[in-house]
Amino acid sequence: MVKTPVPAEENVAPGHMGCPGCGACLALRLALKALGKRTIMTVPACCWAVMPGVFPYCSIQIPVLFTAFETAAASASGVRAALDAKGQKDINVLAWAGDGGTLDIGIQALSGAVERRDNIIYICYDNEAYMNTGIQRSSSTPIGAWTTTTPVGQTRAWKSEPKKSGVEIMAAHRIPYTATACVSYPEDFVKKVQKAASIVGPKYLQVLSPCPAGWKSDPERSIQIGRLAVESTVWPMYEVEDGVYTVRKPAKKVSVKDYFRTQGRFRHLGEKDIEEIQKTVDAEWELLLKKETMTARK
Amino acid sequence: MAKKLINGNYAAAFGAKLARAEVIAAYPITPQTAVVEQVADFVASGEMKARYVCVESEHSAMAACIAAASAGARTFTATSSQGLLLMHELLHWATGARTPVVMVNVNRAVAPPWSVWADQTDSISQRDTGWMQFYSESTQEELDTVIMSYKVGESPDIMLPSFTTEDAFFLSHTFEPVEIPSQELVDGFLPPFRPEIRLDVENPRGFGSLSMPHQWYMELRYLIAEAMDRARERILRVEQEWKELTGRSYGGPLDEYRTEDADVVLMNAGTAASTIREVVDNLRREGKRVGLARIRCFRPFPTEEIRALGRRVHTIGVMDRCYTFGDGGPFFTEVKSALYNLKDRPAVKNFVVGIGGRDITMKTVGKLYDNLFRIKAGGLDSEKEWIDLKRPEVG
Ligand SMILES: Cc1ncc(C[n+]2csc(CCOP(=O)(O)OP(=O)(O)O)c2C)c(N)n1
Ligand SMILES: [Mg+2]
Repeated sequence: MVKTPVPAEENVAPGHMGCPGCGACLALRLALKALGKRTIMTVPACCWAVMPGVFPYCSIQIPVLFTAFETAAASASGVRAALDAKGQKDINVLAWAGDGGTLDIGIQALSGAVERRDNIIYICYDNEAYMNTGIQRSSSTPIGAWTTTTPVGQTRAWKSEPKKSGVEIMAAHRIPYTATACVSYPEDFVKKVQKAASIVGPKYLQVLSPCPAGWKSDPERSIQIGRLAVESTVWPMYEVEDGVYTVRKPAKKVSVKDYFRTQGRFRHLGEKDIEEIQKTVDAEWELLLKKETMTARK
Repeated sequence: MAKKLINGNYAAAFGAKLARAEVIAAYPITPQTAVVEQVADFVASGEMKARYVCVESEHSAMAACIAAASAGARTFTATSSQGLLLMHELLHWATGARTPVVMVNVNRAVAPPWSVWADQTDSISQRDTGWMQFYSESTQEELDTVIMSYKVGESPDIMLPSFTTEDAFFLSHTFEPVEIPSQELVDGFLPPFRPEIRLDVENPRGFGSLSMPHQWYMELRYLIAEAMDRARERILRVEQEWKELTGRSYGGPLDEYRTEDADVVLMNAGTAASTIREVVDNLRREGKRVGLARIRCFRPFPTEEIRALGRRVHTIGVMDRCYTFGDGGPFFTEVKSALYNLKDRPAVKNFVVGIGGRDITMKTVGKLYDNLFRIKAGGLDSEKEWIDLKRPEVG
């Protein structure tokens, strides 16, 4: 048997309402393996507010507080404050939100919690749009992507703005620990969640979670697509710990085109458009490597 | 005029397009999302010459609309439930700033627990924000009301925001044949929005600065109260104009059906009215004198119309798809208070129905009329009653 750092413990039961090939589903399963039963989580409006099932059923087997869309972080702060008030110290407080709930409507609460140094783990599962409401753009939708509010048709009005970087925003808060992750690399993700749990103060992870319905991709290829995102450095894997960048370099590098080809949401892009995006991706990657060099501990 | 098979959400989007809204700032939420998507399509395709701001929350949507209107643009947004609740602060702001923003709200239950189904708690909770509130029964009415409400709200002596509602799914997602008025017709009806007072570098002013208790705050509020009272008459007049152009009208703020000689009347706002009409016809065939009064406009409240009705009928049942905890159904309490100073008041009973999208069936409505006849014969049994409640299973 292959040895894996991923705990066997399951805290998400199979009876959930996620779509086939849902990356977000895998993401929570892994996160709760890493955090274990002594965890309380807050979930704002997002796919994961629906996926646990209809009352009286709930497939998440730890205490879950469903909260308003913009309040994942503030709610986690409230839970932590209550635990502190009661003197309960050995419990993880997890805020679990989508990219819209994190980087759009919830960013004020997140920024507040992180600046206050509240002892919470915030994980944004990033499927790069509002999927619960049927694929509208978020600020985390990548440039070039089709969504229903960045329609393509004859108008070619796909998203023209670059993806907002949650991890860089968190790094600018001088957060103790922040990292990107991807469900296609479960060991890596689990280790990052465990590291986050071991640090006191705010922690922020953003885990890329392919969404076949929203990305117009084959459900059975979600894991492969996540790998291509990392290997093309469209989704670079890195950690920032007390300001120090550590970048995971892909063993093999693929092109943006290789990644885009797997998804219908990029289908409309021509060679020129993809070339442009490739240039930005390369430049961002160079910049990231420079940050790693610049922040390396002497 | 062309007929199209569309649902309430598309009707709302067509309304905004035909009204030539210039700035749209909106945020998706079930079951309103199709409005946002359709408007995004209209703008992307150039069919609508507007700026579409894909904001990051409803709070920002309303703030952007208020600011755009302050800069002299015609604005449109749409929301539902949690989104409307998040806007609440800015709803008051829109009124105080006298910006005639037009919005469509899909009536959806409020959380927790999450529910996306029909319930009017969201919009009724905005009662005191100073927005005109319209409740539509049909897809056609939704489209027409969006256009009409621009005309009312933008009148220089009114300058107030307004929203039109659609019951979740019953109206937002039900397809009906709808007459889409021509652009020329709407252009003839609705002049461009050109407010004299606006953010203007040629004529700089500060908007909404500080006012002391001995100064003008109270008077500014009084002006809003007067404007809202004027809106009563204006709503009727604008509907009359619309009727002359299109042949369509909706009965003013209180839409009455077979009430002329009615003994008992049900009052309601929203889509359940269509079901009630069917029941009224059936009961009429049996010789029972029943009627319906649909509250189409909640703000301004149709006080006079309700009094006129109250003078004629014996018993009124008010249906509420929402509730004010610690009091009663909000439509009920308002109807009751409108009737209070009448010499001979009808009995009024509150039926709390359809909360969280529970179906209001013909059978349910039939039971309510039976109850009203019992009240007519034997007096009021109880002042309010929750209808079709389930009892938790024991065991
Ligand atoms: C205040 C408010 N506005 C809008 C909504 C509607 N809504 C529910 S989930 C959602 C999108 C969530 O997107 P994201 O956070 O990326 O999570 P995902 O659905 O993609 O999992 C929206 C717009 C809401 N519930 N509350
Ligand atoms: Mg998302």
